[in-house]
Amino acid sequence: MTDQAAPVIEMRGVSKFFGDFQALKSVDLQVARGERVVVCGPSGSGKSTLIRCINRLEEHESGEIIVEGTTLSDDPASLDKIRGAVGMVFQQFNLFPHLTVRENLTLGPRRVLGLSEAEADARAMTYLERVRIPDQADKLPRQLSGGQQQRVAIARSLCMESRILLFDEPTSALDPEMIAEVLEVMTELATSGMTMIVVTHEMGFARKVADKMVFMDQGEVVEVGPPEQVFTAPKSKRFATFLNQILNH
Amino acid sequence: MRTVILTLALLTLAGCSSAGWYVVDPTTTRGWNNLTFMLSGAYYTILLSVTAISISIVIGLLVALPGLSKNIWWRRFNRTYVEIVRAVPVLVLILYIYYGLPAMSDAITLSVFWSGVIALALSDSAFQAEIFRGGIQSIARGQYEAAQSISLNYRDTMRFVILPQAIRRILPALGNQLVYMLKMSSLVSVIGMQELTRKANELSVTEYRPLEIYTVLVLEYLVLILIVSYFVRRLERRLQASEV
Ligand SMILES: Nc1ncnc2c1ncn2[C@@H]1O[C@H](COP(=O)(O)OP(=O)(O)O)[C@@H](O)[C@H]1O
Ligand SMILES: [Mg+2]
Repeated sequence: MTDQAAPVIEMRGVSKFFGDFQALKSVDLQVARGERVVVCGPSGSGKSTLIRCINRLEEHESGEIIVEGTTLSDDPASLDKIRGAVGMVFQQFNLFPHLTVRENLTLGPRRVLGLSEAEADARAMTYLERVRIPDQADKLPRQLSGGQQQRVAIARSLCMESRILLFDEPTSALDPEMIAEVLEVMTELATSGMTMIVVTHEMGFARKVADKMVFMDQGEVVEVGPPEQVFTAPKSKRFATFLNQILNH
Repeated sequence: MRTVILTLALLTLAGCSSAGWYVVDPTTTRGWNNLTFMLSGAYYTILLSVTAISISIVIGLLVALPGLSKNIWWRRFNRTYVEIVRAVPVLVLILYIYYGLPAMSDAITLSVFWSGVIALALSDSAFQAEIFRGGIQSIARGQYEAAQSISLNYRDTMRFVILPQAIRRILPALGNQLVYMLKMSSLVSVIGMQELTRKANELSVTEYRPLEIYTVLVLEYLVLILIVSYFVRRLERRLQASEV
């Protein structure tokens, strides 16, 4: 694979348009292996678009995205390679509602990774234990609480043995009492050395876990830096204002 | 059930004046023979309908998928197929395939049964294509994105994620199509298919008792369709147990 020093994700001058509207304006971002990046910014600033470009749920128009040395392009082989390395956790969980928890977890390993039923099942149980819901394996998603569903979604990504996980506001759709259980699982993941890019407004989580904070506004990366630095002395006025708003209620 | 009884009562009243019910009276040998003759048509009505709808579901799905493509030519293919096939009356299609096609080339010889199946299936496939397209479109985008994020390819995404959910949603519409199909199959009687309607026609010619015979025919379709509706509803309820 790539050598340790090289970034596992490198975005250079990435721009994305929706029609005439420019959602990403020449964004640069580097993520090292094992690094935990927290992305924040006002609604509509392009946070989702940024991480969705990394596994090509959105196609960028210009610039370069290189993941583990592979440049993202129209070539299906490069896309397969990158999607194999990158997992994603969505705000709305996006579990498959007609499949049990176990089937949600084993579908990818069986169909994509070619595991046998027994192997896939063993792997599913391992990761369900890791997100602390092994007893829910045979339930349907709708029989679980929101927090449990999101933990299943995290386990689904882990079952694919992704080396990079993208989180798009994973706790925004959850009732307050369930946010903690999901953040706890994510914190554990962070300590296990997983490379993570997390879009979230949970600043407590960011302080505790992030190696790097990214602040976006109007499609631009306005500020990047370690949390202790950007929280105490934000360089840009926009970030300072944003932090004020978010921390004072 | 109430519908059956009501219809029965009405038709009986209507028929009483002419008092020709002996032709279908099961207590007499003649009536019994006539009834079993008529009922034997159910075999082909069901076989035709079930074979045709199985084929039309497959064609419908194959036509629906290009209709969801990003490529405009695939979508145009879908629109063209649906518009053209939908515009041809089923009866015309039956006549065209049975009498028309063999005249085109000696190599084409289709039995009455297969002519009927093909005509019914083609005609229905345009509607199936629309039903499937709608059903697949109703599945949230997040389902595709989740499938993509675990690297499922297009085929597996459809097979394991999208279609199982879409089919649950379109099941009532599929049940409706089967009911239509059972009724449409009566048209295949014109080329000599020995299904319910044909049997009734033949009997009516020999017995000169159209009112009584066609009354029985109506009841045959009614009962058949009520049975089908019952099973479709049961299946719906069973699948709903695992629905969102
Ligand atoms: N599929 C889309 N079509 C058109 N505009 C979009 C689409 N997705 C996002 N946008 C626009 O792009 C901007 C950035 O969106 P997004 O990345 O979702 O922001 P954030 O996640 O920071 O709230 C918003 O103005 C949004 O309206
Ligand atoms: Mg967003």
